[in-house]
Amino acid sequence: MNECYLGIDIGSISTKGVIIDNDNNIIASLYSWTEGNPIEAVKKLIKNLKKQLPNNYQIKGIGTTGSARKLIGLMLDANIVKNEITAHSVGTLNFYPDVRTILEIGGQDSKIIIINNGIITDYSMNTLCAAGTGAFLSSQAKRLGIDIEEFGEMAYKSNNPVKIAARCTVFAESDLVHKAQIGYKIDDIVSGLCKSIVLNYLNNVGKGKKIIGPIVFQGGVSKNIGVVKYFKEILNQEIIVDPNSHLMGAIGIAILARKNKIGKVYDLNIKDIKFEINGEECERCSNCCEILKIYKNDELVDAWGSKCGREFK
Amino acid sequence: MSKKIVSFPMLGNYSVPIKYFLSHILDCKILEPLKITSKTIELGNCNSPEFVCTPFKFTLGTYIEDLKRGANVLFQAGGGCRYGYYFELQDKILKDLGYDFKYINLVTKGDQDLKKIYQDLKELNPHLKVDKVLYYGIITKTMIKYMDKCDDYIRQNIGFEVVKGSFEKINKKMLEEFSKVKNIFKLRKIYKKYYKEMKKVKTNKPKETLRVGIIGELYTIMEPFANYYLERELASYNIEIKRYTNVHYLLFEKKRTVKKYLKYAKEYIKYRMGADAADNIGRCKYLCTHNYDGIIHIKSAFCTPEIGAMPIINKICKEYDVPVIFFSFDANTSETGIKTRIEAFYDMIEMRKKNERMLSRN
Repeated sequence: MNECYLGIDIGSISTKGVIIDNDNNIIASLYSWTEGNPIEAVKKLIKNLKKQLPNNYQIKGIGTTGSARKLIGLMLDANIVKNEITAHSVGTLNFYPDVRTILEIGGQDSKIIIINNGIITDYSMNTLCAAGTGAFLSSQAKRLGIDIEEFGEMAYKSNNPVKIAARCTVFAESDLVHKAQIGYKIDDIVSGLCKSIVLNYLNNVGKGKKIIGPIVFQGGVSKNIGVVKYFKEILNQEIIVDPNSHLMGAIGIAILARKNKIGKVYDLNIKDIKFEINGEECERCSNCCEILKIYKNDELVDAWGSKCGREFK
Repeated sequence: MSKKIVSFPMLGNYSVPIKYFLSHILDCKILEPLKITSKTIELGNCNSPEFVCTPFKFTLGTYIEDLKRGANVLFQAGGGCRYGYYFELQDKILKDLGYDFKYINLVTKGDQDLKKIYQDLKELNPHLKVDKVLYYGIITKTMIKYMDKCDDYIRQNIGFEVVKGSFEKINKKMLEEFSKVKNIFKLRKIYKKYYKEMKKVKTNKPKETLRVGIIGELYTIMEPFANYYLERELASYNIEIKRYTNVHYLLFEKKRTVKKYLKYAKEYIKYRMGADAADNIGRCKYLCTHNYDGIIHIKSAFCTPEIGAMPIINKICKEYDVPVIFFSFDANTSETGIKTRIEAFYDMIEMRKKNERMLSRN
């Protein structure tokens, strides 16, 4: 029986899962949409991954990362639950040991990680605004009636990107509308949008950071060749985009699950497990904490969110 | 005005000495402010200008809660930065809301004018005598000093306690006895007793621990609710915490120390930048040169002096290659975002430490 490890990255927009073996080779992988329901998304993801997994493998470790990491970690009884920054770095370092800068643009957040000699030395994440993330791109694509998969290609073709004020998503959108109304070609507008994402990213997240090559670009937006093109142009450096760039967080957490295995074997029979979350407002003091109660098969397994550390069991 | 009921803003555990001092020199009722909760912030938020710094909203919220509970004399002590305007603006906002009260600022023109403070207190209690104020003033000062000393010890060890909550329990008991103390000798005795007890608390502290310094804006540092219990969170990662800002520092040490800091970090800063900005730059250099593993800089949103200090701190940390992370807190900060960043920060400094050890071994 061969050992393998499952890593799941549950983001705001997409859910990524990979299964790796002891040598970090990918045995199974899937990129799917979260659609606002992480529990269902993970159930579907695991069903699919199980089909891909050959019979002679057993899962010896599970790791979760991404914004729903804690919830899914509890649901799957994961042996490691880690933040995205660490997971992404571990994943990337596995493929590119001499990487110096990781650019990552996801659905809701974007981050930059600076690496020196294989260890993280600095990082930053967007804080206030989502201008310059995947969610903004996809909402604009929808508004312009373009398929998000074609978006990058359209942007790549154009050589005349429109200037767009992208400090803030709302103003960027009004600027986009304006540019369309005065008759710019749609290719140029799309291209300008991709460029504005890059500029916004470098001005906010990358502010004050020294970007040194080799640079690896990942996250969902790295699949957009238009954005990659402008990163190359503006940074004037080579940008590496791995074929698995969208899975890097999941790969990283799978590697961490392997390193932290506890000897348990997971069977992944979660299809029939009833997992329910109840949100309620605690009324014991005027903090009015939002308490999340998590039930597994109608049994309370955990509760989060109280500021005072109130016990629920 | 009928019977006077005095209240003041909330700041960590310091309500104990403040209440002690006021209750001994004034013969009116002292209303201890409630702990800051989400409701306090909501109250402060909806009555404050949008872009004012967060301590303004927090203190305003506390005042409104106090006034609703019957207080009619309020104390404020603000100066040094925009904090100096709090008094006038809060006075106006609260009076516009229809409250009738007396508002006393202990700081005039950015400085502690002892004569004026005495006059203000005398107005509240006409029988007040100077020696009484001095007597209880000294006890209160000593109490604050002891509290801060205990806090420092707790901060260095709380992450490693074997039985969770033992430090907090002792500290709570000590504060309770402090609030009933009769004279300075008794105070010293209580302090010694509990300090000994704290030293006895079992900890499993390894020889080499991760050490992190917290610097930044004073209110956000001192009021745990304002920084989302950052110290508690760091302690859960077994990190030893170094923090400079406390009330004793601000009231009695700052004047001297700032000059020292300016000299110490003279290659980075020439003039004071208001509030604690210059101090923080000096501290940053100290932490960088004394083998700390990381620096966390926190401030309330829109804190101007600290915004000015941030690029300099960034530069110092780059030069000494010490990781630094900046947090800006306000009422709308997402708690999850903070937790993710702290976790990543911990991973980062731990990785660096491991690497350092490996390099030194080879």
